Amino acid sequence: MTLQPNDRVAGVPESGIRKFFELAEERDDVISLGVGEPDFSTPWAARSAAIHSLEEGRTSYTSNRGMSDLRRLISDYSRRWDHEYDPETEVLVTTGASEAVDLALRTFVSPGDTVAIHQPNYISYQPGIEFAGGEPLGVTTTAADDFALTPAALAEAGAEEADLLVFCYPNNPTGAVMDADEIRAVAEFCVDNDIDVIADEIYAALTYDGDHTSIASMPGMRERTIVINGFSKAYAMTGLRLGYALGPAAAIESMNRVHQYTMLSAPTTAQYAAIEALRSCEDAVDEMAAEYNRRRRFVLSRFEEIGLDCFTARGAFYAFPECGGDDEAFAEDLLKEEGVAVVPGRVFGESGAGHLRVSYATSMRELKTAMNRIETFCRNR
Amino acid sequence: MDTKRELLSLLSTDARESTEDIARQLGVDPERVEALLDELEAEGTVRGYQAVVDWDNTDDQHVAAFVELNVELNRETGYEEIADRIARFSEVESLRLVSGDYDFAIEVTGDSMQDVSQFISNQIAPIPEITQTVTHFIMETYKEAGIDFGDRDGDDRLSVSP
Repeated sequence: MTLQPNDRVAGVPESGIRKFFELAEERDDVISLGVGEPDFSTPWAARSAAIHSLEEGRTSYTSNRGMSDLRRLISDYSRRWDHEYDPETEVLVTTGASEAVDLALRTFVSPGDTVAIHQPNYISYQPGIEFAGGEPLGVTTTAADDFALTPAALAEAGAEEADLLVFCYPNNPTGAVMDADEIRAVAEFCVDNDIDVIADEIYAALTYDGDHTSIASMPGMRERTIVINGFSKAYAMTGLRLGYALGPAAAIESMNRVHQYTMLSAPTTAQYAAIEALRSCEDAVDEMAAEYNRRRRFVLSRFEEIGLDCFTARGAFYAFPECGGDDEAFAEDLLKEEGVAVVPGRVFGESGAGHLRVSYATSMRELKTAMNRIETFCRNR
Repeated sequence: MDTKRELLSLLSTDARESTEDIARQLGVDPERVEALLDELEAEGTVRGYQAVVDWDNTDDQHVAAFVELNVELNRETGYEEIADRIARFSEVESLRLVSGDYDFAIEVTGDSMQDVSQFISNQIAPIPEITQTVTHFIMETYKEAGIDFGDRDGDDRLSVSP
């Protein structure tokens, strides 16, 4: 047989998202609350800067680490979360935050290393750990803890032995946010047990009712944390594929070793868009965040009226209600009977079972109709 | 953002939301929304609620023009007095004092270009303090009240994604 995938690749199953994507694609009257990206367009100033750069013919590679103007702006932007990273040596611009996650895993995971990962969680971490030769160790978070990660949960899973922790708050799929005290407790656990952290903070700018706290800002954490962020969610730039990693100089140097041979540099057009985004699109981000916040309250309030238990999600653009039974069957029936697509929680790890990921990155008009349909569906059940 | 400020921002985007839906989005009771609306209206912050109409999509004749007005003030007559006289005409949709080459910018509507021209020459130009009028008929509206009239919406995102 030719072109057989290796064991690591063959061992990773197809994403459970795929099935729902195909079901949703079968009909055209579907309102989708299953989308993991903003419904807004990239702010025009950023798009316009990208177009201008193309007109000027600026389509060559950039420096491996990204354009120096962009790294400086990223470094400045990150100060809002108490980050101090030297734009010359501690910032690496990547092709989406996804590349940064992959680079970090490939750089810091040695074959056989244990990588702790709280669940439910974004679907790419576990395969990424496996591709890198690591062994994922699931740590369950629950609705009772508002899906926050706790030292108790880490200990129960045996995470003292872990070499690395993948940490993502505000969280996809739950919309959970951890406050400073909760994060401090996890940081202490990591310091005590000598665990490095990959902190995916892609939703940091979409934190409601309070500010985002970065685990890297906790005592003893800077030297053991890679912070990952990007432009996809906050600036509605998913298709432009631009993210970045922040970390101590030696760690960024190591990640750049992989990056320079595998990616060379992040997309140049996207870097121009990102520079303008950081220079002039703060208001646009605030407006989008305000709109998400209104939709969040609307969705949470509707779930309460419908009678589906839903903890108060405070970040990203997801709610994670309990569906009172088999989440996959619920999601499939909801799609077939009422034409509303949501993602069953189990797709994001076993502990997501019994929940639904409901994205409110959809216009208010559609959200209203979708929530009415969910109400009808629940009444008839 | 306080609730009142947020209510204003919501109304500026869509004033046709029901009180219940506004309450859900602001995380307050419907009664509180009604009270805030009364307050905003009473204090003159919210002056009205209107639809943004693309008249080109109707069969109606609808002509609009921006008109620049220059005025000459004297001891007895200031901007306020002149503005008051102009604002009373129902044909005048908007009236603003602006900086630059002219004093007032007004928007006038009517059923035909002749209608609008006659209104300007018969009603506005004769006002003694007005020294000059320049009329710009609107030929095409691309965006109004923050709403883009171009049909470029359409969601091309994948219907389900991680």
